[in-house]
Amino acid sequence: MGQFLLVTIQIDLYDRLALNLEADLVQMVSKTGARGVLIDISVVSIVDSFMGRIIGNIANMSKIMDAETVVVGMQPAVAITLIELGLPLTGVHTALDVEKGMELLRKKILVDGEELDETYNTDSTE
Amino acid sequence: MEKNWMKPITPTVLNKDKLSVFKEQDVVPFRNRVKEYATRIGMGLVNQTKLITAASELVRNMLRYADGGETLIEVISKGRENGIRLTFTDKGPGIANIEQAMKDGFTTGKSLGLGLPGTKRLVSEFDIKSVVGKGTTVTVVKWKNG
Ligand SMILES: Nc1ncnc2c1ncn2[C@@H]1O[C@H](COP(=O)(O)OP(=O)(O)OP(=O)(O)O)[C@@H](O)[C@H]1O
Ligand SMILES: [Mg+2]
Repeated sequence: MGQFLLVTIQIDLYDRLALNLEADLVQMVSKTGARGVLIDISVVSIVDSFMGRIIGNIANMSKIMDAETVVVGMQPAVAITLIELGLPLTGVHTALDVEKGMELLRKKILVDGEELDETYNTDSTE
Repeated sequence: MEKNWMKPITPTVLNKDKLSVFKEQDVVPFRNRVKEYATRIGMGLVNQTKLITAASELVRNMLRYADGGETLIEVISKGRENGIRLTFTDKGPGIANIEQAMKDGFTTGKSLGLGLPGTKRLVSEFDIKSVVGKGTTVTVVKWKNG
């Protein structure tokens, strides 16, 4: 099982900082071969379409590099607002906290692995 | 006298503040100022979050399409209700077809086209006026309990 990257966003990011984060993270995923990315946004009070797009980009690019992204700790008010705004966080999984996020990542990666095994088994018995 | 109820009630302005937004570094301080006022009138967290997110979208549009502009934050009161009114005024290119710009998914900025329609959903009142070649003014109101 590969390693996970944990990113905690601690302040409301300026645009350039957010773009830097996106670039840095994608580079880290490729360098470390991480299978999972956890983005902790529990102290982020505003996610607008710009921030949402950055998170979506991270998830999409990580996916290409075979890593899953889980956003953890989204404040309920932020979640309600995102739905009304209409922002689709496609490809992004969410979990209540870091621990639950890790659990989700482990399951995801395990399930992927099992599926692979099963395919091999079926093939070999034929 | 008997037609009094039909007159639109103009809200009273209790307090106001102006802020120019001409660079991306102005966005977070502007949002913080909106939060200050919303907190001051006792707006709940969910409504605050909706208002500030809407404000963020509108101020981004102003920066992106009009190179910035002026914002006005007002605390208003109508009857027993208090609220926040935000006005965004720019001298940008204007919007030729407002109906189209208000549609989910319409964008000239290779984006998601969510800002305007999403903002309208997040606030209590929404108004947009635009003159091509002159600029755009967007006004939104979020009532404390709206
Ligand atoms: N202040 C403005 N001045 C000129 N044109 C504007 C302004 N605000 C919005 N527009 C026009 O209206 C369109 C729709 O705006 P809207 O905010 O809904 O979507 P967007 O900015 O393109 O994408 P998103 O907000 O999802 O990133 C814009 O693409 C732009 O053409
Ligand atoms: Mg926009």
